[in-house]
Amino acid sequence: MAELLRLDEAVRELVHDGDSVALEGFTHPIPFAAGHEIVPQRRRALTLIRMTPDLIYDQLIGMGCAAKLVFSWGGNPGVGSLHRFRDAVEEGCPAPLELEEHSHAGMANRYAAGAANLPFAVLRGYVGTDLKERMPTIAMITLPFTGEIRTAVPAIRPDVGIIHAQRADRHGNVQLWGIVGVQKEIVLGSARSLVTVEEVVDELEPRPGAIVPPTWCVTAVAEAPHGAHPSYAHDYYDRDDGFYQRWDEISRDRDRFQGWMRERVG
Amino acid sequence: MSYSADEVMTVAAARELTDRTVCFVGIGLPSTAANLARLSHAPRTVLVYESGKIGSKPATLPLSIGDGELAETADAVVPVPEIFNYWLQGGRIDVGFLGAAQIDRRGNLNSTVIGDYDRPKVRLPGGGGAPAIAAMAKQVIVIIRQSQRTFVEQVHFRSSVPGSGAMVVITDLGELRLDPDERELVLTRVHPGVSVDQVRSETAWDLRVADELAEAEAPSEEDLRVLRELKSALGEAAV
Repeated sequence: MAELLRLDEAVRELVHDGDSVALEGFTHPIPFAAGHEIVPQRRRALTLIRMTPDLIYDQLIGMGCAAKLVFSWGGNPGVGSLHRFRDAVEEGCPAPLELEEHSHAGMANRYAAGAANLPFAVLRGYVGTDLKERMPTIAMITLPFTGEIRTAVPAIRPDVGIIHAQRADRHGNVQLWGIVGVQKEIVLGSARSLVTVEEVVDELEPRPGAIVPPTWCVTAVAEAPHGAHPSYAHDYYDRDDGFYQRWDEISRDRDRFQGWMRERVG
Repeated sequence: MSYSADEVMTVAAARELTDRTVCFVGIGLPSTAANLARLSHAPRTVLVYESGKIGSKPATLPLSIGDGELAETADAVVPVPEIFNYWLQGGRIDVGFLGAAQIDRRGNLNSTVIGDYDRPKVRLPGGGGAPAIAAMAKQVIVIIRQSQRTFVEQVHFRSSVPGSGAMVVITDLGELRLDPDERELVLTRVHPGVSVDQVRSETAWDLRVADELAEAEAPSEEDLRVLRELKSALGEAAV
């Protein structure tokens, strides 16, 4: 059964130094509030996992929380670079960042294998790419039954999986709808899971297309209204495109970034 | 009506799309071109976005592939592992639109790093959906501005490599196609007012030119009107 906790308590209990942590949300609804709790709690040496690391990972990397990033696309969608991510990779500032890089298809399959409790996933893809040459987590295997050569990628089973959803009930059953991304796979594939929600309600009304991680496969639920901002929560609020555009300016300079984080996040 | 180099590219890319094609779209110029096609000559084009949307019909251009408008106007929204495994890898995608920072004569695309991978001069976002799209769509349309910096002898990192499908490259100067036998890009068309010499001087390798080189039609007033209306809602960010 999921425990209903305050967000700061939930992060303190679930996220430890050195953990592998996936704060997922494929563009919708990204768990910003949870990330903003990890920063002031000064977590260190995290392996951050995410298909599309965007602003919240830029912030965690820039504040020195991460030692490694497992990912497939690290940019500010429609705007450009993640400047703190670039600074870490190009200049080693504030600390060197180890990269484990995949394609979206590879990452999605790794998550699905994690949820399915399989050691690896098989897919077509990566043939002829330098990712295959560089990454020990991409291997060619000979298939049983046909003898064909295909690509294998290992399952991802994070220590902690964190997602944001619209609602939970008081028992900790969660309801998420709109773009559901890889959130189900993260909850099911992680050793511990935290779901932040816009609101806790007495009863969950059924929603078309919703996924409902039941309370018995979630470790903790924390209420975090507006917790996906500046990304969005379908049927609650829209994406704050202006903030994504302003982030380019805020994050470009190390000092300005640090000042902004201290003032807004802690 | 006068037009910019980006507008020429976008209109040319849109014209590559025939009606009723199923099109896997990334954000930026590809999304602009695909939506322009849908709002002009190819109304039954099906737009598929990697965040899981099938059949999106946005009225304005989204800044992000996850934009709510794309989900609300879609026929279906499916999980991300499904969009890549069942729909793309399953062979349901006719056309994949891609951008890149560099391309080479073999049609290899780099969107990962400028310089060495371990000590990059510029760290770019990475391959994202592109490696799988390049390998698995029946046809790939690449949109990229042409210069010595982007049309390089060898890409610094092979992020995406063309599969067995056809590849068309639309630039601000013209159009190139991957010769299916030689697996080399060949200049097949130039935009109005562009010379072959000009295209050659913006290409870092000795460019092959088709025997029957065509000149592309200039963007029509109607194309430009629809395109500008599409973009006006968002301003320059979506360009």
